[in-house]
Amino acid sequence: MQGVRVDLISANRLRNMPSTEKIQLILERVREGTIVILESGLSPQEQSELIEMTMMQIKPDQFSGIEIETYPGRTRQGGVLSRFIHQGSPDEGSRLTVIGPANQLTLIQKNKDLLSAWITTG
Amino acid sequence: MGFSQTFSMLLSRLFQKKTLRIGIYGPPNAGKTTLANRITHDWKEVSGNDGKISDIPHETRKALRNENISITGSSGNSITIDIVDTPGVTTKVDYNEFLEFGLCKEEAIKRAREATEGVAEAMHWLREDIDGVVYMMDATEDPFIQVNIMMVGIIESRNLPVVIAANKIDLPDAAPHTIRNAFPQHPVIPVSCLEGMKIDELYDAMIRIFR
Repeated sequence: MQGVRVDLISANRLRNMPSTEKIQLILERVREGTIVILESGLSPQEQSELIEMTMMQIKPDQFSGIEIETYPGRTRQGGVLSRFIHQGSPDEGSRLTVIGPANQLTLIQKNKDLLSAWITTG
Repeated sequence: MGFSQTFSMLLSRLFQKKTLRIGIYGPPNAGKTTLANRITHDWKEVSGNDGKISDIPHETRKALRNENISITGSSGNSITIDIVDTPGVTTKVDYNEFLEFGLCKEEAIKRAREATEGVAEAMHWLREDIDGVVYMMDATEDPFIQVNIMMVGIIESRNLPVVIAANKIDLPDAAPHTIRNAFPQHPVIPVSCLEGMKIDELYDAMIRIFR
């Protein structure tokens, strides 16, 4: 049977996990072709490390990186993007985050109310 | 060396103004190297290292540093900075993209490998070794791309001073106001680094924010 595996990881599971372990967990799954949905997003520091670790794992014809998209949470002061940016701190509310292999996950539409993506089999 | 000389040297080292290391960050093809080259040409007395510019993404694959550049603004204030031109930040690099620009497979794979190494290094530096950021965005593109969202968040979380350059305003479909609306919490300077349009406003903003 053909299909795409989707893992929804709860905020509770990630809450006490060290950043490195969290990033390894995400990248291991994404490299296998799994779409990972995080109930709570990554902190900016973790996002930075995720980009760095992703770059280090890219291999020709095997893994070309990740597509990552964040669902906006509650409105804050500031511009539209500030709703996306201030994430990761438990005090600032959770931000649903979708991460998948770059060759399988394609963003179609993103606005303050909707995150729409197209997923293909690898 | 006497006590007074040693004490004086220690004091001067302690209070010596450090040259700020300013990273030029942004997605690929936003014009980072064009800005770095312009700053170097405008302000460096001895010619610096020019970065190569091309339409192929990830032309800059290794950070290029130009040191001790003194910029003086319209108010007469000045700053001395090291400029670090970094590879375009992305979450994906596929060598097949480079084949479309006429590169052979071997060259494309080499370029992709160098690009990934460069981005990883640039991200590491942002966490460890950068005092301020000029964040470049292409004003003809949607500012809502995830890389912009993540990078501005990362820069804010580090409490780094940042100036956003809304580049390519010389192009007819440039819409720098969309960037300004998206990031009202930061100074956004519409600019054309290629043509030099409003470049003095960018220098003034850099002095104001990084000083």
